Amino acid sequence: MSTQPIITARDVTFYYFEEADNRQLLALKGVSLEIERGSFVAVLGHNGSGKSTLAKHFNAILLPTEGTVEVEGIDTREEERIYDIRQRVGMVFQNPDNQLVATIVEEDVAFACENLGVPPDEIRRRVDEALKAVGMYELRDRSPHQLSGGQKQRVAIAGIIAMMPDCIVLDEPTAMLDPRGREEVMRTIRQLQEEFGITIVLITHYMDEAARADRVVVMDDGRIALDGTPKEVFRHVGLLKRIGLDVPQTTDLVHQLVAAGLELPDDILSEQECIDALLSLMEE
Amino acid sequence: MSIIRTEHLTHVYSEGTPFRSAGIEDINLEIERGEMVGVIGHTGSGKSTLIQHLNGLLKPTSGRVFIDGEDIWADPKQIRRFRFKVGLVFQYPEYQLFEETVFKDIAFGPGNMGLAPEEIERRVHDAVQFVGLSPDTLQKSPFELSGGQKRRVAIAGVIAMEPEVLILDEPCAGLDPRGRDQILGQIREYHEERGSTVLIVSHSMEDIAKFAHKVLVMNGAHVFDYDTVDRIFSRADEIEAMGLSIPQITRVFMGLRARGLDVPANVYTVEQGREAFLKAYRAKGGAAGA
Amino acid sequence: MLKDITLGQYFPGNSAIHRMDPRMKIILTLVYIAMLFAVSNPLGLPVAFAVPLAAFLIARIPLGMALKTLKPMIPIVLFTAVLNMFFVDGVVLWQWSFFRITVDGLYFAGMMATRILLLVLGTALLTYTTSPISLTDGIERLLSPLKRIHFPAHELAMMMTIALRFIPTLIEETDKIMSAQKARGADLESGGLIERAKALIPILIPLFVSAFRRAEELALAMECRCYRGGEGRTRMKQLHLGPVDWISAAVMAAGLAAILLINLFVPSVI
Repeated sequence: MSTQPIITARDVTFYYFEEADNRQLLALKGVSLEIERGSFVAVLGHNGSGKSTLAKHFNAILLPTEGTVEVEGIDTREEERIYDIRQRVGMVFQNPDNQLVATIVEEDVAFACENLGVPPDEIRRRVDEALKAVGMYELRDRSPHQLSGGQKQRVAIAGIIAMMPDCIVLDEPTAMLDPRGREEVMRTIRQLQEEFGITIVLITHYMDEAARADRVVVMDDGRIALDGTPKEVFRHVGLLKRIGLDVPQTTDLVHQLVAAGLELPDDILSEQECIDALLSLMEE
Repeated sequence: MSIIRTEHLTHVYSEGTPFRSAGIEDINLEIERGEMVGVIGHTGSGKSTLIQHLNGLLKPTSGRVFIDGEDIWADPKQIRRFRFKVGLVFQYPEYQLFEETVFKDIAFGPGNMGLAPEEIERRVHDAVQFVGLSPDTLQKSPFELSGGQKRRVAIAGVIAMEPEVLILDEPCAGLDPRGRDQILGQIREYHEERGSTVLIVSHSMEDIAKFAHKVLVMNGAHVFDYDTVDRIFSRADEIEAMGLSIPQITRVFMGLRARGLDVPANVYTVEQGREAFLKAYRAKGGAAGA
Repeated sequence: MLKDITLGQYFPGNSAIHRMDPRMKIILTLVYIAMLFAVSNPLGLPVAFAVPLAAFLIARIPLGMALKTLKPMIPIVLFTAVLNMFFVDGVVLWQWSFFRITVDGLYFAGMMATRILLLVLGTALLTYTTSPISLTDGIERLLSPLKRIHFPAHELAMMMTIALRFIPTLIEETDKIMSAQKARGADLESGGLIERAKALIPILIPLFVSAFRRAEELALAMECRCYRGGEGRTRMKQLHLGPVDWISAAVMAAGLAAILLINLFVPSVI
């Protein structure tokens, strides 16, 4: 059980029906992917690359036109097990305002548990724990509209954690936040993965967020273009720029210096690595 | 003469209640005509409050705003005149679209100015060209366009008023890198061709470093500094202490300097970084960079 | 600005009345209304007046707040009073053309005005001391026996909750859209009625589009959190009736009994 991937997608193809021009559009073109239990995977891609469509397959919001998606061995097409799947794989969306239901923070966090029919005492315990895990316990009596974007997004995450899922899929959770809110959310999800062993799938178009994951999957035109550790992926500076993505400035700088004839390792990511590499070159 | 000038501009929210808070306090600012200004500051620093004073959407609690030397509140009935002079594009402007066709939506602003139909037509076409939309989108419904296209229609709606000052509040929020580069590129082109003054509010120092000539840094309802990009970035550590992020490349060069390498402090783009490092490398006698 | 509008009139606090079970508060409010109309002897009025007064004192709601709710009611109260004054037959006090004031008229006018004012005070007490969410909660649970006859109690409460949740969001959004259209030169302040109505189109259309988009996204988020209607749902917060609830019920019962007894046994002044 523990070695089995938490999510397995096999040759997933998905057609969208475009109402405006009355035609079918191919959003995913045979995607195969395994998400390891307990890992932190970033799915990076530009708008329309198919990354969000793929994410929506992970908890049976969308079903593959062809191919299969399995969540802990359950085929997402098994309609009667849909709540098993959704309880295991929680989903957080982009707009923090449009996913909070209740007028009080703790009531909102309780929402999923109430839907699942969890006994009241157990809900109370889970809600308190979830709020503490995202650092929103102090503000549990507030109303959502009194919170900042980053705080609302953390409440949304707490609402998912309270379901005790094995995996959380976050679909561009920081796109509408300011830098402070983005940092809050990033720190929260990293901590959930490290302390609670929750598998994280982060959909994003920010390369700096992807660089903080254990594994980066780059999507382009409905296919997986690159897949590997951040170091392995960001080395492909040319390819990434060609498909309309950013690379970290450090990687870009080193890449340009290598092109100018300097001898530097081509998989530099963090600022510290970059500083060290540049200094050691100067000392030679 | 400066195009924008403020004198002791102050705005207080919820005056007379326990929730009283100063949105901006004693702002004295002068922005020259034709400047390209990046505005930074975190949420609550007063930047939104400030820009909404420049076209008279908010009325100062005290102090004055001058556009082109005129006090905009000299006659409150005339305030709309300044809304046409100072075009303001809000954050997520695509949520303000309402007309049946893109053409009509872009024509809304010029129509409110009371222009002749031929003039409106010309302006709509010019504006569409600036934002890089093809003319055949004009007859489409704005609601059937993609997110990025909607955003451009909304920006065109303000550009079509041909304002002397164009202010954009985070025009790239939520866009992917390609969408962001396109919009910033088009704004720069517009600025260069029209010579109009442009203010862009952004959270991204990388973006500001790429396009702006001058930077206005807001902090705690006050102007922290208004100066050239070079000078602002030479205060990078103070800006970082404020909780604003500075470009990664700037941090790398600050790190190199801290470790004793003789490189300039105000490096803020990758190109500058490459040149600066190659120069230092050659100075040490390194043989590279044909 | 639109933002300054406060929603409902909940006055946060932690008094015994605030902590009462919302179900009991709703029921007692209804009983109180019935009691007001049961008063037929004016000597019963002090009793009817004592109940909300005591509650306001216990809940520590400033008297000014209570009076503020009465202010908008004054025209209605005056109107009913005047109607009663002029159109009730009885011993004539004053007459001019076909207008006349009778003793009975004055009496009815006074009773009616007092009843309406007390009714407003009583219901205001409910909304002052009960947050919108627990009010919704109370209504849902009081109505839940009706589920058996397929009355959508849960759905109704869910709708109310979502409405309460999104009103501040939509108010903020309206503010933003208004500013954006004003920035494009929209004139919302001048012109005749038709022009003003027309000027609302650029605000209402984006607002509706956005409300629908939000509704769609919210529905998806709710599905992802395993929402499937009221069936098999539990609640984190359980309501239970405590001593305070029973004491309040007893006080209310005593009040009601007193009024009925006064009606029956104490001779009316008139």
